[in-house]
Amino acid sequence: MPVWQAIYEELRAQNFVVISVAFDSAGAAAARAAIKADGPPPEMAPVLKNLMGWDDEVWSRAGRPTYPCLIDEQHIVAELYDMVNVPTAVWIDERGQIVRPPESGGSTDSFRKMDPATFSLPEDAATAARKARSVYLNALRDWVKNGERSRYAYKREEAIRRTRMPTDGAAMASAWFRLGKHFHEKGDLAGAQKYLKKAVALRPESWNFRRQTSVLADPALTGQLNSQPDFFAAVAALGDRHYYEPIDMEGMPKP
Amino acid sequence: MAATVLYRDQVSEIAQASAEGEHLWVPVADLERASGWQLKPEGACKGKACVPVPRDRSWLRGEQFDLAAFARHLGEPVVHDDEGRVWLFAEPADVKRSRLQSGEAPDFALPDLDGRLHRLSDYRGKKVLLYAWASW
Repeated sequence: MPVWQAIYEELRAQNFVVISVAFDSAGAAAARAAIKADGPPPEMAPVLKNLMGWDDEVWSRAGRPTYPCLIDEQHIVAELYDMVNVPTAVWIDERGQIVRPPESGGSTDSFRKMDPATFSLPEDAATAARKARSVYLNALRDWVKNGERSRYAYKREEAIRRTRMPTDGAAMASAWFRLGKHFHEKGDLAGAQKYLKKAVALRPESWNFRRQTSVLADPALTGQLNSQPDFFAAVAALGDRHYYEPIDMEGMPKP
Repeated sequence: MAATVLYRDQVSEIAQASAEGEHLWVPVADLERASGWQLKPEGACKGKACVPVPRDRSWLRGEQFDLAAFARHLGEPVVHDDEGRVWLFAEPADVKRSRLQSGEAPDFALPDLDGRLHRLSDYRGKKVLLYAWASW
């Protein structure tokens, strides 16, 4: 994601690093293909800039990341941090303490107002998406500069209070997911789907399980899921529920 | 009947295992290879931890140990395929919760795009934005 390379370049001298983790059970090849050497294709520029709130400056720095890009085939980070969606971001201080537990890394539900045919966003939704991004990035800059004095960094007790704890059901769903992944590694795709779908059924709120399961069934869907009618339908089926839980941060536009 | 046992990161083939419904009988002699647990007079032990065998000795049948019943007793999620040939034992939810309750970021080791391993804890001393995404 070009925005993180731009932010990394801007803040790295202040003892800051971005560590990206790709939940890709198909392995490094899928993630590598998604990290284009020269950034996203130019024809996607208007859509992405609008949706992601990237300005020309950020766009111009799009390129292959120089921060660590890790591959997590087993979704172990999702399991450890109880993440159900991407993108999800966590702020971790110099001592290894969580100061902002998992939350959407600046993404909002604005994309749900997108026209599925043209991928265009109404102007108000695009404005809200840009605003959310910039509030999030400015908060990140503030924390990198001010550390624990930053109003965006939670104290330990508060950070823990805001951390969602994995339930017994979530742990069981992760076990089924791993069993499905094992069958996938063995080349038994039908077996893999059977057990991956048990994970999805036990934890329907995990878009990670759902989306990973569908691309393992049909690798041609890699990178295409967001434009599939099925995905739009599944998101629409959420009704009043969120796709991305709103980020609780001063200045965030109301969802 | 042979079974593949996936116990955390340990993978083993147990030739003399016997799956019966939700029970997985493993030869006592293979228990440590399968799970890291060892049967001792004081119970099933790993390192300093020992879990006493229940009074009715229901985990034992001759020279076989019911790894599934034992693991469920520990709160481990236990899943297996329809044929009972592949069994997976995962970390208990309460262990995951108590790790997060400490406020410390759970550590992990993962390869980068070139296969080089990175640990989160390698980056102690820096502020980290941990950013999860996916190609799909």
